[in-house]
Parts: sequence; C-alpha cells; structure tokens
Amino acid sequence: MNNNVIFGINGPVVTVRDTDSFEMMEMVHVGEQSLVGEVIGITDRLTTIQVYEETTGLRPGDPVTGTGAPMNVLLGPGIIDNIFDGIERPLKAIEEHSGAFISRGAKVTSLDIEKRWNVTMKVKVGDRLEGGQIYATLPETPIIEHRVMLHPALSGEVVEVKPDGEYTIFDTVAVLKDDAGKTHELTLCQQWPIRTSRPVKERLAPSVPLITGQRIMDTLFPIAKGGTAAIPGGFGTGKTMNQHQLAKWCDADIIIYVGCGERGNEMSQVLSEFGELIDPKSNRPMTDRTVLIANTSNMPVAAREASIYTGITLAEYYRDMGYHVAMMADSTSRWAEALREISGRLEEMPAEEGFPAYLPSRLAEFYERGGRADVLSGGEGSVTLIGAVSPQGSDFSEPVTQNTKRFTRVFWALDKALAYARHYPAINWIDSYSEYFNDLDPWFKENLGEDFVEYRNRIGALLQEESSLMEIVKLIGADVLPDDQKLVIETARVIRVGFLQQNAFHAEDTYVPLEKQKLMMKVILHLHSKAKEVVAREIPISKLIEQGMFDKLTKMKYDIPNDRLDMFDDYIREIDEKLGVFLQ
Amino acid sequence: MIINYVGVKEINGSLVVMDGVKGVSNEEIVDIRLDNGTTRQGRVVQIDGERIVVQVFEGTRGISLKNTRTRLTGHPMEMPLSPEIMGRVLDGAGRPIDGLGEIFPVKKENINGTPINPVSRVYPRNYINTGISSIDTLMTLIRGQKLPIFSGSGMSHNDLAVQIVRQAKISGADNNNFGVVFAAMGVQKDVAEYFRKSFEESGVLSRVVMLLNLSNDPIIERTLTPRCALTIAEYLAFELDMHILVIMTDMTSYAEALREFSSSKGEIPGRKGYPGYLYSDLASLYERAGMVKGRSGSVTQIPILTMPNDDITHPIPDLTGYITEGQIVLDRALQGQGLYPPVNVLPSLSRLMKDGIGEGYTRADHQPLANQLFASYAKVIDARALASVIGEEELSPIDKKYIEFGRLFEERFINQGFTENRSIEQSLDLGWELLSTLPRAELDRVDDAVLDAYYKG
Repeated sequence: MNNNVIFGINGPVVTVRDTDSFEMMEMVHVGEQSLVGEVIGITDRLTTIQVYEETTGLRPGDPVTGTGAPMNVLLGPGIIDNIFDGIERPLKAIEEHSGAFISRGAKVTSLDIEKRWNVTMKVKVGDRLEGGQIYATLPETPIIEHRVMLHPALSGEVVEVKPDGEYTIFDTVAVLKDDAGKTHELTLCQQWPIRTSRPVKERLAPSVPLITGQRIMDTLFPIAKGGTAAIPGGFGTGKTMNQHQLAKWCDADIIIYVGCGERGNEMSQVLSEFGELIDPKSNRPMTDRTVLIANTSNMPVAAREASIYTGITLAEYYRDMGYHVAMMADSTSRWAEALREISGRLEEMPAEEGFPAYLPSRLAEFYERGGRADVLSGGEGSVTLIGAVSPQGSDFSEPVTQNTKRFTRVFWALDKALAYARHYPAINWIDSYSEYFNDLDPWFKENLGEDFVEYRNRIGALLQEESSLMEIVKLIGADVLPDDQKLVIETARVIRVGFLQQNAFHAEDTYVPLEKQKLMMKVILHLHSKAKEVVAREIPISKLIEQGMFDKLTKMKYDIPNDRLDMFDDYIREIDEKLGVFLQ
Repeated sequence: MIINYVGVKEINGSLVVMDGVKGVSNEEIVDIRLDNGTTRQGRVVQIDGERIVVQVFEGTRGISLKNTRTRLTGHPMEMPLSPEIMGRVLDGAGRPIDGLGEIFPVKKENINGTPINPVSRVYPRNYINTGISSIDTLMTLIRGQKLPIFSGSGMSHNDLAVQIVRQAKISGADNNNFGVVFAAMGVQKDVAEYFRKSFEESGVLSRVVMLLNLSNDPIIERTLTPRCALTIAEYLAFELDMHILVIMTDMTSYAEALREFSSSKGEIPGRKGYPGYLYSDLASLYERAGMVKGRSGSVTQIPILTMPNDDITHPIPDLTGYITEGQIVLDRALQGQGLYPPVNVLPSLSRLMKDGIGEGYTRADHQPLANQLFASYAKVIDARALASVIGEEELSPIDKKYIEFGRLFEERFINQGFTENRSIEQSLDLGWELLSTLPRAELDRVDDAVLDAYYKG
C-alpha cells in the first residue's frame, strides 16, 4: 500500500513529503508507536499533520499511515460515568495500561467492548427506520436510559431483529436493508466525526430556562435550555467554582464537563466530589449523569484543541436521544491558545495577539452547535453550552473574550474586586447580561407568576441606582446623601450580601429553588417599600436600621430552610410590625 | 558505528543548523566537540528531512562553520538518578559541581517527564503548617499543591521561602522522608549562597538537592533547570516515597530565557514577545506537582517569580496564576511600612485550602474566620480610599473602626518575625481577637453559632 514516512518534525507538527494519499482532516497513525494525528494541511509537496501525543523520539523515516476517515469518536453505551482524554481515550483504561503516568501510543478502545448491556429491542422485522430513529434501548446507568439510534445517514427496512437480551457494543442486534438493497448490521454503537455537527429535525426557540439554583444566574441573568453562556474572569475569580456549581445543580439530564487545559488536581477534585455528591432529583451519585473529558494543561496541546469537539459531539449524541444536555468547557481560552500554538507552528499569518485570523469563525462554529431542537428520534432535546474564558491579565478586551461575546447570549462577567472581597459568586451585576429575557419571560410568568419578572426588574433597577450613587459615595462619603438615597444603598447592601452572595459550601444555600428566590426578592422589596414610606415621613434612616430588619434579611438565606417557605410570611409580618411603629 | 558530523550550516543565537544528518530523532541530545577540545551539548528542536536545528545549551560562542564535530547520542535529555543525589549541588543542567564526583545512576529519566493521568491523582488534602499566620490562616499551603510567591525585585520573597522551608511541618513526615529540591534560575551568586547558608543553619542541607543556574550561566541551560529539578523531585517522591518541597526561583528569568530561545528560532511571538506556547510550557512544569495513587510521597511546589514592574497582569504572573492553585502576593507598600512578610492578603489565594482545613484538619471555625477576615479587610481598603479623599476625621464611626482594625490586622496578624513560628491555634485565635474589635453585626460571613463561640467583643 502506501509507504509514507516522516520528513520533518517541529513540536507537535509533523510533515510528510510528496504524497497524495491523505485527505484533509483525516486521522493518521504516526511512527512506530502509532501516535494519533490529524491531517491539517496539504500542498503538492508537503502534508502537515498535528500529532495528539508527545513527539519526542520520532525520526524522519518513521511510517505514517492513514485511516481513511476523519477524526472520529465512538458513540455508544458506556460513555456516562467515564473520564476521557481529549480524543476519547478512557483514562481509567490508560491507567491500567501504563500506570499513573500517561505513556504514549496507548492502545485502548474508547468504550468497554466486553461489558454486556441489557438490551430491549424497539423494532420488529418489516419496520421502516429513518436516520436517527431508535431501534433499541438499554439502561446505561440507573437513571439514564441509553437509546440506540440509527446512524443519521442510513435508512431502510428492518430485515432481522435479535431477541431482547445481553449484548456487547459490537454485537449485531438487527439488520437493516437500505433502499439500494444493501444490508447493514446494526450494533449498539456508531462512529461520528467530531468536527461535524449531528443533524436535527428542527431547531426550536430557547423558551425554557436552565434552572441552576444559583440566585444571580436564575433571576438576573437567566440562561435558556439550549442557550450559550460565557463566564469570563481572571484567575482566582471563581470560574471553575461556578462551572462546578452549575454542573452539580443545573436541571439538565446529562452533564458533559470538559476540563480543557486546566489543572490536574481540579479534575481529581471533580472526580472525587461528583462521586460522593448525591443528585437531589434522583438520589443517585452525580457521576450517573456525568461525562468528564480531562485534557489537563500538561497533556498534549493538539488533543486539547480536539477535546472541545469531542465534548460537543458526545453532547449532541445524547441530545439526539431526547435529553437535555449541559456542557461546561473550562476553559475555552486554553482551547484558543492551542489553536494559536498550532497555527504558530504552521507559520500562519497571525491576527490579534498572535491568535489565528480564523479564531472567530472557530468559536462561532462551536457555539452554534448548542441549541434546543426537535430531534430525529422524536421528542425534544437540547445542548446548553457554558464556556469559561480566561482573559489574559483579566482584560476583557482581549480577542477570545471579545469574540466569545459575539457568539454567546449570556455573559456572566466575573469581577476581581468582588473576588478579592470574597463576594461569591463574583458575578458583576453591572457588566453581565442575558439576552434571553424576551424568550424566557413567558415561562417565568406562567410558572412563577407575573410578579417574578417584576421583582427581578426592581432588584436590577435598585442595583443600577446604587452603582451610580456609589460613585458619589466614593468621593464624598455616604453621610452627605439624603435619607432616601441612603435607603437605596442600604437595600442594595441587603441584595448584595443577602441575595446575590451565595455560599457554595453551605448545605442550604448551595442550591436554592426558584420559589424561594422569588420570595427572598419579595421580602427584600417589601422592606424597601415600607422603609421608603417611613423615610418619607422624615424619620432618620438610622432609626430604621436599628430595628435590625436589614441585618435579619441578609441572613435569611441561612435562616430559612429551602423547605420552610411559609417562614417568609413571618418575615413580612415582622417587617410590618417593626416599621409600622413609625407609620402611626 | 558512530558518525561525527563536521561543521554546521548556520549559527543564530543559541541555535545551529546542520545539514545531511541521518537517523536523528526529535528532541535527541547531541554532543558537540570543538577543535579546541571543549565539548558542549545540544538538543534537536526541529527536523526537516536531513536538515536539523540544534539548540546548544552552553551557547554558540566560539563556534564557527567548520570547527565542530557533532555526534548523535541516540536518546533524549536524561537525568541520572539515585538516592545518593540528596545533599548534592548540581549545575543548571543537572551535572555535579560540588567536586564530589559523578552521580552513579540507579536509573535515568527523560527530563520532560510524562503527564500524570488525572484519574491517578490523589486530591491533596493534608495541610502544611508553615507557622506564618497570614499563610496558614488565609491561604493554607496543602501538600501536593503548587503555590507560587508573586513578588518584585527587592522584596523579601527569599526570606519568606527560607522561613517556609525551616518551619514547614508536614504531618506524617519526619527527617527521613522530607526533602527540598532547590532550583535557582538566573539568580545571583549571593542569593544562591544565602539559600545554601540558610539551609545549613536550619540543619536541612543534607536533605536538599540544589540546582544552580546563576545569572551569568548560559540561558539555554536555564530552560533545563526546572525540568531536571522536577525529574529529581518526582523520583524522590514517587519512587522513594519522600515528601518533596520544590522551590524554583526565579520563574521570570526562566520565561525570559524561553523568549530568547523562541525568538532566535524565528517563532511567531504572542503577548509581549513571549512564545505562544508559554502557557503550555509553564504548565508542563507546574503540573508536575501532586500526589499519585499508591505512592505515599508528594511533590509540593513553591515557584517564586518577580513581577516585572510589580505588574500582576504581566504574562508571566498572569499565566502562572491560571495554572497554579492560588498565589501568595507580596506588596511593596507593606514592605515599605516595615512589615514582614509583606503578604497582600486580598489578591492572595489558596485554591486547595477549602478541603484541607476545618474539622479534622485545623479547626472547624477556620473557613468562616478566613472568609470574614478577607471580607473585613476588603472594607478596610474601601474606608482608606474614602479617608484619602475626605480625611480620616470625617469618616463615619464604623469606618473609623475599620481603619483601626486594618492597622491592627497589618501590624499584628500579617506582621511577624522572621524566626517567629506561630501554631495554627495561635493564628486563629489572633484572628478572632482582631475581629472582635469590630461590631458583631459587621461580621456577616459567619454563622451565629460560630460567633457565639469565638466573638469576644
């Protein structure tokens, strides 16, 4: 066959001379150890390959063999509760193979090929199957039913069906005859190229919120199921912490967590924490609905570039079964840097800050793969994308943050000053935004009442007003403000400390149901309106504060358990009593 | 058969280009012998067919197009390792310079190491008691962590590092399995000598491996120094089950050496001329900290870097902060007030602290105390900003209390002697004592139950 050999080596980039046997984006094996690589450039003289593993020790003259297919992932049962590297190699299997340190050229299959799954067939002989339709199901974990779908490119008539029973992923469970008369053996798995998005029947509007239990995210800057969000922030502002909180508490069915160029110890934390944490909805460990992709910062840079695509492909696969999937990517800046690094090795002309000129189009391609849709298997699924961004020097004007802003619709801007003051989550309420209000407000009105939206708008307005008042306070001190403005500052303090600050380590406060969030807003606003009446009677605000209601409200997040919402009525009554004294 | 290649094709900075070389492998080490009898080492960094680019560690001074004979060694850069390495002094490329002879290797390891599999890592939880209040209470160092010191030229980062080494108590570690690997990159002779003397005085010298690349040593060798140091540390920790503290100073010199190498290679620069792969390169060093399953040893890193112009947004501290698990930031204003150690607590952070403190590790009130100290000190800064505009006299009574709290906090809590070793209980109690000077209502980060137990105002 072909006898292509290495010509040149520069870091992770390898070139092959004088060949026409490779396709663009084809997956190849490089060297005696068969390192995995991908063709990223072809000229008549040189073919350029990026290698997903360390290239130390490769020599000119070592063989390069093509696989004839683009970079694929294997999709089938066994993905959930697993941890993969950037090109879907299971890290646990690599550990068994090569110990605590990752050696090169590890020959492991992505999914367990020996495990037998308890399959229930959903078709019978003579049924017609279209691409993406379900022909079998099996329990992948106690809470996730894996729905085995026909490859989207196939369709035809079922001519043979095996009985229900235990099968491995490569066993044939049915045979399909396509319209051209060709037969296809259907197994429990399929291949899909990671850089191609999977088809859906129809895209739907993002009209259902992704409920996170995090107050500032749910009320002030909500995200829709199938929405896209960016969390930018300098180091130490809590990007990873926010991503963890979202992964733990958001109401998606399946979580894909991509650790892209981040810390190894963080991934081991996720592993140990998610294994212990019990999902309140199903009473099962979080790992029963979680897939981890870990390509830490010291693992090969080309695989880091691929890890984002591997993650989104897995997410789309579960969306196609009719699940709501949330994918966290931590951090997309590291992915962009991997692009820059490889682009530099290819000696491409750089654009801003050394990043390649195609950075925005790559980001757009990625975020466009999110969305809510009618899927081919019937029913509805969604992929919500939440990408952390690590701007250099905490400067939001750098290219990755700016371009991400163009393609995401929620922007949770993390603020160094808030983080320094240990105000967590350190989401700045002035710089952040959500573009989903119009899409989501009907849902909020229907499920939580008209007043939810009204409360949220009033809270937002108070915070805005405080922000402009603080400009004055910074110059001349709070004492010179008139009492009604002091009241705004005092209420805003309650909102900031009592509502926006949320303690991820507190058993009650780490997740707060929407109903409680609404009542918290209601009580704070009730106090504000009452206090406003008092202040209008020229009673000094210091007298009001002495009543202790403001302080009491800052602690209500701890004092009122999530299942004792009736206690809010007591708070309203107490406010009326204590402030009523001034109004007689 | 060993082939000697005569002469080179091109010389550019520390790089030489050679042609007609067969059978070379990527990252291979070559020996270069000059006609005057001296030898140098180099590393293959790029291959295009038979044309190779070699990075010469000792620099290219004296090399001409004709006066060299180059031999391929057939293997990448390896570090000879043996238990005898404890107590030795090596140069920046890992060769002994203490006159005690060669190291007889039990094994040799590639200095680039291999990444630890994330599933094989043990999540670090055991705290290291440094005896320094600000660090123990507010940015606790955890065994297996990488916690850099962000400093500036002329600040007391070296004293702080020495004090940490001297006082660091790791539970479960005794003299037999505690060791220090010290990597000096581009530091002055005096500084290296200061560290050596301090190790000697505190009686740990026999448990220290020193790698010295001084400021006048070759720049390319500097890019090898941390890799050699970490290879030694990994060997001691994961094969001999020791607890190793790696001190690397100064990472800024390292990054600058990398920049010089990158630009002479003609690579496209990223921010401030540093190569686009600076993040990945730094990560390949810092990520070698940690603990792995089945081994009882650990590698803890304290890299020291001097921020150019005290700018924390400079690429070196910036990228470091994104990789390491927190940072200890030193502040010139505090140093100017005569405070030692001049730790600026607000930008400082330890990410692993939350799981290594509290009940069973330090004390149950540790986390709430730390949260409250951070929050209250942040208010001190606000009050000071206001005072600088309207004058301290005009401040509200509560802001005046904060100003007073800030003064006490800096003078009594942050400030402590170079030889003062405070236990964790002393530090925590001191924290509560200072917080008790504030009205109880101001302590909004703490549950009432904890306040009842510790608030004494």
